[in-house]
Amino acid sequence: MKTDIEPTSSAAGSPPKVRTRSTGRAGDKIFLALSRGSGIALLVIMAAIAAFLTYRAAIAISKDEANFLTYFEWNTGSSPMRFGIAVLAYGTIVSSIIAMVIAVPVAVGIALFISHYAPRRLATPVAYVIDLLAAVPSIVYGLWGALFLVPHLTGLYTWFDDYLGWTGILSYQGGAARSLFTVGILLAIMILPIVTSVSREVFRQVPKMHEEAALALGATRWEVIRMSVLPFGRSGIISASMLGLGRALGETMAVATVLSPNFLIETSLLDPGGGTFAQNIASRFKEAGNDGRDALIASGLVLFVITLLVNGAARMIIARRKEYSGTAA
Amino acid sequence: MSNAVVDKGAHRASSLKQARLPRWTPYALVVGSAAVGAGIGTALGMGSPFQMGLIAALVFIIASYILGAVVEGGRQARDRLATSLVWVCFLLAVIPLLSLLWETIDRGRTVLDGYFLGHSMEGVQTILPGGGAYHAIIGTLEQVGLATLIAVPIGLLTAIYLVEYGRGQLAKAVTFFVDVMTGIPSIVAGLFILSFWIIILDFGYSGFAGAMALAILMMPIVVRSTEEMLKLVPDELREASLALGVPKWRTILKVVLPTAIGGITTGVMLAVARIAGESAPIVLLVFGATGINNNPFEGAQSSLPYYIYEQWQLGNDASFNRAWAAALVLIAFVMILNLVARGIARWKAPKSGR
Repeated sequence: MKTDIEPTSSAAGSPPKVRTRSTGRAGDKIFLALSRGSGIALLVIMAAIAAFLTYRAAIAISKDEANFLTYFEWNTGSSPMRFGIAVLAYGTIVSSIIAMVIAVPVAVGIALFISHYAPRRLATPVAYVIDLLAAVPSIVYGLWGALFLVPHLTGLYTWFDDYLGWTGILSYQGGAARSLFTVGILLAIMILPIVTSVSREVFRQVPKMHEEAALALGATRWEVIRMSVLPFGRSGIISASMLGLGRALGETMAVATVLSPNFLIETSLLDPGGGTFAQNIASRFKEAGNDGRDALIASGLVLFVITLLVNGAARMIIARRKEYSGTAA
Repeated sequence: MSNAVVDKGAHRASSLKQARLPRWTPYALVVGSAAVGAGIGTALGMGSPFQMGLIAALVFIIASYILGAVVEGGRQARDRLATSLVWVCFLLAVIPLLSLLWETIDRGRTVLDGYFLGHSMEGVQTILPGGGAYHAIIGTLEQVGLATLIAVPIGLLTAIYLVEYGRGQLAKAVTFFVDVMTGIPSIVAGLFILSFWIIILDFGYSGFAGAMALAILMMPIVVRSTEEMLKLVPDELREASLALGVPKWRTILKVVLPTAIGGITTGVMLAVARIAGESAPIVLLVFGATGINNNPFEGAQSSLPYYIYEQWQLGNDASFNRAWAAALVLIAFVMILNLVARGIARWKAPKSGR
């Protein structure tokens, strides 16, 4: 191939033609190098994120006089620093779980609504509106949550307290509803779009034959969904929820505006208090000194690792599903 | 034998005559349950529309199930239950969005005017009305612009590598880590630039530091959307160009990219819209300023998301009004980007096949 081209190009003798061809080959090399270089740059950035965070975190943890994982305070100002992430881990996980419990069923419902229930004329605008919900910046959610949602939730919480207060988890002492539960509700609204759009994609891929077969046997619409759509979409729903969970774990500003933080683990979810990793970083950053910043970076590293695990698991489920449906189709 | 067939036919005919609820039943139920919800709510003295809405939704779901069960039988009743649940889910999602938009527009427009868009907060007493978001708008435009300049070339080239060249281990690794990167919390990207650029390299807080964190958040979005668009370009076009002796890089630049340019533009604009609303890295890296700073490479700046957070923290009516107005500006900016992006996508959609 190569030997074939070179004699002809040199024999052709017309300089412009030769130049075009030779720059063509060089151009290919340069272009490949550039594009491969960008790919590698992305990998380097990921590695650098892990490396630099670990480095600063190691410095902070070596100065920490308390157990980093189990200590209940965050004193980075005092001369032997004593700080731990126990409260943050609790708050992050609890608020995300509340968000998931609310958001996943509703999101699956909306996805079903768009794919199977809504009249055609309504389905497209609804899908569009849900996408717009994703486009609203998180700080605007935070503002809305703090100034509109919080005052409107006190009534509901009092009602919870009246009937379910005996559980301890849902007791409420009054005051502004700037609690982990409110954060969970707000996070649920914020992760709805991603869970909805991923589940919707999966529901759309359900083989039409399965549904038509069920319909032909006289199944009602709900029976079609229960027997053919949900089993097909189960892994898709799981991975969609985990992508949503990843979002909820790392959400910063909406939580920082709504939550009224403290460093206690309250038994009641409705009373204000607690904190999350991201919220703690944003709220304390301005007052933190050099060591304080490193301590915050250490807690950020924990958040990074948790979200990596959750997102990695979600992606793996999606990838495996793709292989299945690829062989099945 | 023939008897049996006749019997079966008769049976089916009778089941076809099974009682069905009239078509307007769900609508009547909606009105009825809304009335019941409002009634119970006012009777028990519940102030918030949340509870009334929840009660109405519950009444609607239970009523449609019971009606279905009594008139049509169990299977149809379960179907009605599922249908009403799905509709309630849909309403649950639309209500917060409408409420959010309504609140923002209603409370933002009281302050939003030319003065607000043209002045900074320099020397403004924070508890008094007045001042504006000009410095924040400048900051947002500069930071997002710089982030786009960094992220788009890298993102585009990576996507080209993955679609046009990538086989083998490296491509697999890049694909996986692009997916992982989409999940990085924005605050972690901010902490990375903080530890690397500000703590270790000892540069000061600046708009550029924020832009780098935003670029990290933007890259994977650009890669993903560009990749999807490049995959839509039919292979026949590439083959035709290569068969004419055009080198691969010129094929990509002159044939593949122009075909997909509409979708790529859409993807980039959606990515810009996404990062324009990011506030967490800005809090860590740009630090916020009340005055106008036109230089993104030197000194603290502000940005619209940061401005909203700052005004919210001040905690008085005048600052809340400013926060809502800035939120209105930000939402308008993001929504316009979204609408234009989708318009381009529809207008320039690559015709698949022929």
